[in-house]
Amino acid sequence: MDVQLLTFIIVGASFALYIGIAVWARAGSTNDFYVAGGGVPPFMNGMATAADWMSAASFISMAGLISFMGYDGAVYLMGWTGGYVLLALCLAPYLRKFGKFTVPDFIGDRYYSQTARTVAVFCAIFICFTYVAGQMRGVGVVFSRFLEVDIVTGVIIGMGIVFFYTVLGGMKGITYTQVAQYCVLIFAYIVPAVFISMMVTGHILPQTGFGATLADGSGVYMLQKLDGLSTQLGFNEYTSGTKSTVDVFFITFALMVGTAGLPHVIVRFFTVPKVRDARKSAGWALLLIAVLYTTAPSLASFARVNMIETINGSEMTGTEYASAPSWIKNWEKTGLIAWDDKNNDGKMFYSGDDRNEMKVDRDIMVLANPEIANLPAWVIALVAAGGVAAALSTSAGLLLVISTSVSHDLLKRTFAPNISDKAELGYARLAAAIAILIAGYFGINPPGFVAQVVAFAFGLAASSFFPAIIMGIFYKRMNDKGAVAGMLSGITFTAAYIIYFKFINPGANVPANWWFGISPEGIGTLGMLVNFVVAFAVFKVTEEAPEEIQQLVEDIRYPKGAGEASAH
Amino acid sequence: MAFKNETDKKAYWRENLRLLLILLTIWFVVSFGAGILFVDALDQIQFFGFKLGFWFAQQGSIYVFVALIFVYMSKMNALDKKYGVDED
Repeated sequence: MDVQLLTFIIVGASFALYIGIAVWARAGSTNDFYVAGGGVPPFMNGMATAADWMSAASFISMAGLISFMGYDGAVYLMGWTGGYVLLALCLAPYLRKFGKFTVPDFIGDRYYSQTARTVAVFCAIFICFTYVAGQMRGVGVVFSRFLEVDIVTGVIIGMGIVFFYTVLGGMKGITYTQVAQYCVLIFAYIVPAVFISMMVTGHILPQTGFGATLADGSGVYMLQKLDGLSTQLGFNEYTSGTKSTVDVFFITFALMVGTAGLPHVIVRFFTVPKVRDARKSAGWALLLIAVLYTTAPSLASFARVNMIETINGSEMTGTEYASAPSWIKNWEKTGLIAWDDKNNDGKMFYSGDDRNEMKVDRDIMVLANPEIANLPAWVIALVAAGGVAAALSTSAGLLLVISTSVSHDLLKRTFAPNISDKAELGYARLAAAIAILIAGYFGINPPGFVAQVVAFAFGLAASSFFPAIIMGIFYKRMNDKGAVAGMLSGITFTAAYIIYFKFINPGANVPANWWFGISPEGIGTLGMLVNFVVAFAVFKVTEEAPEEIQQLVEDIRYPKGAGEASAH
Repeated sequence: MAFKNETDKKAYWRENLRLLLILLTIWFVVSFGAGILFVDALDQIQFFGFKLGFWFAQQGSIYVFVALIFVYMSKMNALDKKYGVDED
């Protein structure tokens, strides 16, 4: 059977599964729609959280990024996992005990302030839209590359599927679909990785193959070989980085804290029955995420060795283009790989200096891996299904936060407190539908800055939500004025820095101009500190939080008496 | 109130914070310490086919993160029982 047909069958089957689940898990109330009725078992919630978290970027782009960055790729590996420790230890259990539907709910109630709630709502909506546009694009890209339909059709099909199970099932539909999507995406990621690890090092586990000797019997460690090749070809040594230590530190910190402050991740912990379950499901979530995140760097290095040897030949003198393997020609059509025979010798050559004749896109490392490693057609089809699952699961989680923010935080809690549960549910569905249309529009007409705004989402979450929530739990006397001033100054500072270097004056975006050598990707860490400092300064000159609020904070500090999540 | 008295409540929170402090110190040491600040020094040590600092940055820290959450979970469950503030 040819790859195309097989891909249609496997992707089609996965869609049928998602739709089946959506019909089974329809939402009957706002409680179902916002927090899946609060009855999700911890292991399932862990799987759903993992799928929610691992986006098209994690699945398609991350291994490729690391492959080109070497050691510096650790900022993503540690940044996007370490945040779960903060989440599990400092946020999730307390927010679950608090027992509301959304992050702005917590901020608004804890700081007894509509202003705080409104600031939080707009941060949440902005962060989620930034993120979701990239996901829809991811769906389109996977469709166009594997099924040869155009990107627009791909985005529309993706929108249709997400529309169906988000609008119908809300959080309940999303949760159970995400459980299925986790299985699809992790299987699709691990299978090629295991094959390649076997091929390069003879180890079944990519995590141990990473530190093993090459399977060619030379007794040389894989990473040693890669370091040797890298320096020989004029790249930086693979296992050491090019970013400054300060920048690596700040970027990693911003990504960790940003992770812990992202609303679509936090809200997942409102769906479990108990505080104890919130702790447990955070553990499961990170374990399940770690499966992919410890495989990615191994895959990155195998793929790089593989690619260099395929293009340059084992003697590093280049290989004849005429006899190049078919994957090079297949992917040349997509523009992800290009060859320009500068010295007219008919041979391809890849290097980090002026001898280089190849343009290689980072995404190819995961997408073309099965072909590079000569894996059977069903593995290629599986990777397509996995990429779509990763993009869909994350989009759905984000869209839900947007719709909840509108129907619950803005309508119910701000403008129309008297609407019935049924009406609120209707508005939630309507908001989800509109959010999908807007996200789809951005997927089809991506603003040129999608890639640049990712730093934005993390920076903003790090400099706004994280400090406000932490102080809300661990410093009971913190008041409304301190929190609002902190959030506003943290966000303004971070946004200004990123906008200046990314949009207003991109030419100046070099280490020499950065404050303390911190890149726009890492500035959220400083923004977070600004938030804390301003909040405490304002707090010092205003009155502390009222007695009943301090009582409320003391109550969320122990598990006993945690009820269902509720609106009031 | 869930606690027997004010002293218990204070003691529970103090023990909780102490546990957090210990676990977060480990969190910081394996990632920002071993993986970033002291990576060059640790890279002098060979660990199987890895330089040790590189291994912490791309593998080891993640394993420790997972372990930290499960340790936290079991310690907190025990603490909740000790002070009688667990659910059911």
